[in-house]
Amino acid sequence: MALVLTEEQSMLRDSARGLISDKAPVSHLRHLRDAKDPTGFSKELWHSFAEMGFAGLLVPEEFGGSGLGHVEAGVVMEEIGRTLMPSPFLATSVVAASALARGGNAAQKSEYLPKISNGSLLATLAIDEGAKHRPLQTSLQAVRAGNGFKLSGAKALVVDGHVADLLIVAARTAGAAGERDGLTLFLVNPKAKGVAIERTVMVDAHNAARIELANVEVNADSVLGEVDQGAALLDGVLDIGRGAVAAEMVGLSEEVFNRTVEYLKNRKQFGKLIGEFQALQHRAAELYVDIEITRAATMKALQALDADVAKAASSVAVAKARAGTTATRAVQEGVQMHGGMGMTDQFDIGFFMKRARVCEELFGDANYHTEQLARARGY
Amino acid sequence: MSETENAELETFRNETRAWLEANCPPEMRKPATSDADVFWGGRNTKFSSEPQRIWFERMRDKGWTVPDWPREYGGGGLSAAEHKVLRAEMAKMGARPPLSSFGIWMLGPALLKYGNDAQKKEHLPKIAAGEIRWCQGYSEPNAGSDLASLQTRAESDGDDFVITGSKIWTSYANYADWIFCLVRTDPAAKKHDGISFILFDMTSKGVTTKPILLISGYSPFCETFFDGVRVPKSHVVGTVNRGWDVAKYLLQHERAMISGMGERGVGRPLGQIAADSVGTDALGRLDDSMLRGKIATFDVDEAALAACAERAVDLAKAGQAHPAFSSAMKYYGTELNKRRYEILMSAGGVDALEWESERSRQGARPRAWLRTKANSIEGGTTEVMLGIVAKRILDLPGA
Ligand SMILES: Cc1cc2nc3c(=O)[nH]c(=O)nc-3n(C[C@H](O)[C@H](O)[C@H](O)COP(=O)(O)OP(=O)(O)OC[C@H]3O[C@@H](n4cnc5c(N)ncnc54)[C@H](O)[C@@H]3O)c2cc1C
Repeated sequence: MALVLTEEQSMLRDSARGLISDKAPVSHLRHLRDAKDPTGFSKELWHSFAEMGFAGLLVPEEFGGSGLGHVEAGVVMEEIGRTLMPSPFLATSVVAASALARGGNAAQKSEYLPKISNGSLLATLAIDEGAKHRPLQTSLQAVRAGNGFKLSGAKALVVDGHVADLLIVAARTAGAAGERDGLTLFLVNPKAKGVAIERTVMVDAHNAARIELANVEVNADSVLGEVDQGAALLDGVLDIGRGAVAAEMVGLSEEVFNRTVEYLKNRKQFGKLIGEFQALQHRAAELYVDIEITRAATMKALQALDADVAKAASSVAVAKARAGTTATRAVQEGVQMHGGMGMTDQFDIGFFMKRARVCEELFGDANYHTEQLARARGY
Repeated sequence: MSETENAELETFRNETRAWLEANCPPEMRKPATSDADVFWGGRNTKFSSEPQRIWFERMRDKGWTVPDWPREYGGGGLSAAEHKVLRAEMAKMGARPPLSSFGIWMLGPALLKYGNDAQKKEHLPKIAAGEIRWCQGYSEPNAGSDLASLQTRAESDGDDFVITGSKIWTSYANYADWIFCLVRTDPAAKKHDGISFILFDMTSKGVTTKPILLISGYSPFCETFFDGVRVPKSHVVGTVNRGWDVAKYLLQHERAMISGMGERGVGRPLGQIAADSVGTDALGRLDDSMLRGKIATFDVDEAALAACAERAVDLAKAGQAHPAFSSAMKYYGTELNKRRYEILMSAGGVDALEWESERSRQGARPRAWLRTKANSIEGGTTEVMLGIVAKRILDLPGA
C-alpha cells in the first residue's frame, strides 16, 4: 500500500486540522493548565469531535461509529500533537474503543460502543503499575468470589482516569507477575465501592490518574475477552495505542521543528540571521531527515495495524521507538535553538518538551520498544 | 613535589579532615536538593535551617567560603595544592558549599585581577562574608550570543555615568543587592571597544526588575530595567571602554563553574537510583538493558570528565592552561548534566512525571530536569562554546 494519504484521508486531516488549530491552539492547553481546570479538556470540543465522527472513528458503523482504520486515527492524533490539545480521543476513542470492539461480546459492544461514538461515554485502559510500562508485570489481583471477582491493587498513569465513566483494568487472575498466562481485562465502574481515584497533575498538564482498587466486586459479565487469556487482546490494544501515540509524536515533532526553523529565519545575532550559521543549518537538516524517517515508520506501523493487528508488533515497536527518540531530539533542539527564549514559560516550546516526555513513557519508551524488537528478532 | 612539601600537605589534609569532621553538621553532608538548600547570602537573606547557619558561619570564620582568596579580603589564603585537598576532603564527606554566589564564582576573580585597591577592599570581604549578593547584567534582548552588541548606554555626567537601557535573563536580579553590568560608554567605537564593566547597587533610583517564569515553573531570572540610574565613575572596574577584557575574563570563570554543575560523583549512583524504580533481573542487573547501557556510558563519561576538570584546574594553577579551555569544559559538562537528567527522567518513568504532588515533592525531578536545559544556554551556548574552541584553540580558518 502506498505510504501516502489517500484523498479521503487528506480530507480527514484537513477537517481535523481546521477544527483543532481553530479551537485548540497551544493557548487552549495553557488556559486549561493555568485555570487548573477540573476536567482537563473542553467538553464542548469533545462534542464537536463526536459530531464530526471522530469520537467513534475506530468504532464499526453498526455501533454508530465511522468504521475507519488506524491510519485515520493516526491522522487525527498527528493533528492533536501539533497543538497539544488535551482530548479524550486517545484513551476513549483509540484504546478503549479498540479494547471493546476487539474483545467485547455482543452485549458489551452494544452497550458501550454507541456511547463512545456519540461522545457520551469516556473510557480508559488502566495498565501500568510500576514506574515503567511493563504489561506482563501486571500484578493487580482478581480473585474469584461467588459469581464474579474481587479486584485489589493499584494502577498509575491512567489517562483521563479521573473523568472516565468506564475503566478497563488489566488484572492477574492466575500465574505470577511476568507471565503471559493469567491476565484478564475487566470492565470496572469507577464509582464502584472500593475504587479510589486520584488525579495526578502531570508535567504536561494532560490528564492522568492513580487508581487504587480495594476488594472491588465485579460480576462475571465484566470480563472483557477470556479469563486468563487477556495477553493477546492486551497486546493488540496496546499496539494500537502505541501507533496512535507515535503519530501524536510525529505531529508534535514536526510542529516544534517548524517553529524552530521559523525562528532560525527571524532571530538575528552577529548581524546575521542565526539560520545562516552552518552549525544550526546542519542540525536542522538532520532533524528534518529524522522526522521524515519517523513519519514513514509510523505510517508503516499504522498500515500494518490496519492489515492485521496481530502481526503489527515489530512495525509498531520500530515506530514507537523512533517517535520517542525523534520527538526528544526535536524538543531539545527546539529549546536550544531558541536560546533563553526557549526556557521561558511564556513561550510555547516548553509545552512540547513536556508533552513529548509523557508520550515517551506512554505504552513503553524507546528503550522498551528497542528491547522488544531485539527479542522479537531472537537476540 | 618535594618530600617536605608532601609531608606538609599530608599534615594539612589530616588537620582539614579532622576540622571538617568536627565542624560540618550532618545535615550539611547531603547534596542540596532544592534552591532552599542553597545559601546565597545577601542583605535580605535568611537561613533555611540552623545547621545551614552554623556551617556557613564556621566556614566563613575560617575564610573557607573562598578558600583560595587572600586573607586580607576574607579568604583562606590557601595554596593551589591546599585548596585541592580541601575540595577533595569536602567532596569525600559530601559537604555542601557553605555559600553559593555570583560574587564568589564570577565577580571575585574579575576584581582580583582587574579591580583597584579600593574596589577590592570594598567588595571582596562582603562577598566572602555573604553580606552582598550579586547579579550579572550582561545579556540584552538583542545581545545574547552576540554579547558585544549590547546597547545599554552609560552617558558621562560629571563624576557619574547615567545608565539607561534594559537587560534580560538576569538571574536572581530580584534578590540581588548589587549588579555587575556591561554598558556602552562609547557608541562610536567598534562594538568590543566601547564597553565598560561597572558595579552598582540594585536599590539605586531607576532600577526595576520583572521576574520571568521558566518552563520549570520557577522564576529565577528577570528582565531588568535602568532608567537614568546614576553611578559614580569610580565604580568602573578596569579601564573605561576596556570592559570587554574584564567581561571575557569573568566569563571564563563562569563557564568553569557551570561546567562543574550537577551533583557529580556524589549521592547515590545513577544506576542504583534507576534500579530502585525499574527493578533488577535475576542476576541483579538493572532490568532495562538499553537504559543500563546508557547509564554505564554516562558513568564512563562522567568519571573521565571529572579527571579532566581536575586536570584543568591543575593546568591553570601551573600556568599551562589554554585560556579558552573553560569553553571546552563548559560545553561538555553541561551536555553531560542534561544527559544525567534525561536518564533520571527515564529511570523515574511515571513517577517522574508528576508535577504537584506531595509524593513527588512538588515535581522536584521534572522541574530540575527542565532547569538543566538552560545549562547549555546560560553563560554562553553550546554552539558559542564550540565556536570558541574552533577559533581560539584550533585556529580554524574563518571560525
Ligand atoms: C537560566 C538562564 C539564566 C541566565 N542568567 C543570566 C544572567 O544572570 N545574566 C545574564 O546576563 N545572562 C543570563 N542568561 C542569558 C544567557 O547568557 C543567554 O541566554 C545566552 O547567552 C544566549 O543568548 P540568547 O538567549 O539571546 O540566544 P541567541 O543568542 O539568540 O541564540 C539562539 C540560538 O542561536 C545559536 N547561535 C547564536 N549564534 C551562533 C553562531 N554564531 N553559531 C552557531 N549558533 C549560534 C545559539 O547557540 C542558540 O542556539 C541566562 C540564561 C538562562 C537560560
